[in-house]
Amino acid sequence: MKKGYFGQYGGRFVPETLMPALIELEEAYLKYRRDKDFQKELAHLQKTYIGRPTALYFAKRFTEYLGGAKIYLKREDLAHTGAHKINNALGQALLAKRIGKKRIIAETGAGQHGVAAATGAALVGLECDIYMGTIDMKRQALNVFRMRLLGARVLEVAVGSQTLKDAINAALRDWTTNVRTTHYVLGTVFGPHPFPSMVRDFQSIIGKEAKKQILRAEGRLPDYLVACVGGGSNAMGLFHEFLGDDIKMIGVEAGGKGIETGEHAARFAGGSVGVFQGCKTYLLQDEDGNVLGTHSVSAGLDYASIGPEHPYLRDIKRVQYTYATDDEALAAFELLSRKEGIIPALESAHAVAEAVKLAPKLSGDKIIIVNLSGRGDKDVQYVAGLKGIEL
Amino acid sequence: MNRIEKLFRKLRTQHKKAFIPYIMAGDPSLERTKEIVLMFEECGADIVELGVPFTDPLADGPTIQRAAERALKSGATLKKVISCVKDLRQKTKIPLVLMTYYNPVFKYGEEKFIADAKEAGVDGVIIPDLPPDEAAGFMRLAKNAAVASIFLLAPTSTEGRIKRVASASTGFIYYVSVTGITGAQLLLDGSIEKTINNIRRVTDKPVAVGFGVSTPDEAEAVAGVSDGVIIGSAIVKKAQGNLNGEFRDFLLKLRGAIK
Repeated sequence: MKKGYFGQYGGRFVPETLMPALIELEEAYLKYRRDKDFQKELAHLQKTYIGRPTALYFAKRFTEYLGGAKIYLKREDLAHTGAHKINNALGQALLAKRIGKKRIIAETGAGQHGVAAATGAALVGLECDIYMGTIDMKRQALNVFRMRLLGARVLEVAVGSQTLKDAINAALRDWTTNVRTTHYVLGTVFGPHPFPSMVRDFQSIIGKEAKKQILRAEGRLPDYLVACVGGGSNAMGLFHEFLGDDIKMIGVEAGGKGIETGEHAARFAGGSVGVFQGCKTYLLQDEDGNVLGTHSVSAGLDYASIGPEHPYLRDIKRVQYTYATDDEALAAFELLSRKEGIIPALESAHAVAEAVKLAPKLSGDKIIIVNLSGRGDKDVQYVAGLKGIEL
Repeated sequence: MNRIEKLFRKLRTQHKKAFIPYIMAGDPSLERTKEIVLMFEECGADIVELGVPFTDPLADGPTIQRAAERALKSGATLKKVISCVKDLRQKTKIPLVLMTYYNPVFKYGEEKFIADAKEAGVDGVIIPDLPPDEAAGFMRLAKNAAVASIFLLAPTSTEGRIKRVASASTGFIYYVSVTGITGAQLLLDGSIEKTINNIRRVTDKPVAVGFGVSTPDEAEAVAGVSDGVIIGSAIVKKAQGNLNGEFRDFLLKLRGAIK
């Protein structure tokens, strides 16, 4: 495969100003990936700071309620800051420090990556600016304040979609301007090479742990892995370690108000191949190649494109992709809260919704691992609002 | 040799520099764009750069972002911009260069795009998010059609990048004079001249400078060290008003400054 590509997807489609920085980042990443000191420091912080390994939890009451396959939850919601995003943000913050950058920037949708990046910056001592769309700042107000508490500046992006897509544009423009002093901590397996591979590698600890944990608990590998897919980093993090195993994998996109309404973020159900924000991948676009608006109840999945390794895994039929609607995700959000005492992030609730559909169709000796990528505290206020309750 | 190469050859023998104004096609209508292009020519432009609107112009500052939004709202698309060029060719022979992001071209189909652009009378194409590393197919198609594939260099470009881009670029090399996006503040501290000298060491292809040039004084300074000056955001801003007054004067002043 061509360097930086997954089949026909990936590449490095950026303005020339950024090319030297991407080449430098790739070299630094390849170096530190094999650097014992760097790996030791990262492993130490993963354990003592993030709190890894996160638990693999057998959801007994949830399983009994659904009446089918056994459901395990990979508890990324228990990682420091409350989501898997910290795995990557911490890795990149350490890397930024090593390559001598003074400042990091990041984009955020749900605010989880912004919080994680701000946390990483505070931990290693870097300046931090976070770009966030106006709409997302409203629906994730709690996380905006968290980022500020952590010492980051949150810069409002009031143009275009006012969501994740335009936050990435703004971050790329900032990076283009300040590339000499600044590292861009991209939050998902997206963008120009080496980000898709690098972010996947930082997240792959999820699957490595899950594999050991399920072998210990059940003495065998699971039958299914299920994860939600916005940019796709929690899914790649869980799937990567299992790609060579005979296991079914399902990625769940945001079906929004339904595919037929056009108000969704299901790139495979409604999109086509395009080149966007640095890579060739699937994209929701019109016939002239302009990028379409998206909708999802979950800010973290409300995005027009998807990390380039996903369409590759779909083409080779290794991973199957489906979607859950807003209503299905909201129902799963409440169901898991009541049956297990675990409030999932609305993003992760899309994966839970797929388990709700899948488990009853399978016999009791089958095993599903659902990646519970984040906790739902950040969504409580927003969901209350949807129910007409003012907090 | 295409029209752009011929032009720079002629300018060099006359010790002149190219004035390259930019306008976003379709802002606020393609009819107005045609009027503006003809006015550019009347005011002494050597090449005209036509922007193609895109929803996510990540190399552009706020002025051109807003122009793209207005153009998209008016219904402008890559296809319509190509037919606008075709109409313009009834009235002018001035070299025309399209500046477009890659996705509209990818969606249109590279092969069909080059064929249609060529037929309409497009002389060159600039795609800011398509570095030569990703452009092998595009460069081959453009070369066969004698359409210039103009690549960009930046203040951050290393020696290796300068060699690669200089060898890939045809027509001219577009030197981005600021580390940043279009419309940013230009810094005239001698660094532009220094980098252009580095570029000249590896190629004799013409080098035009853009991004951040907004006044006649800046244009004059930049023209002194390059083969041409591209002015975008400053012109887009002034094109909002009456074309015959201040706008025209501004173009004439720029033309006078670029020598």
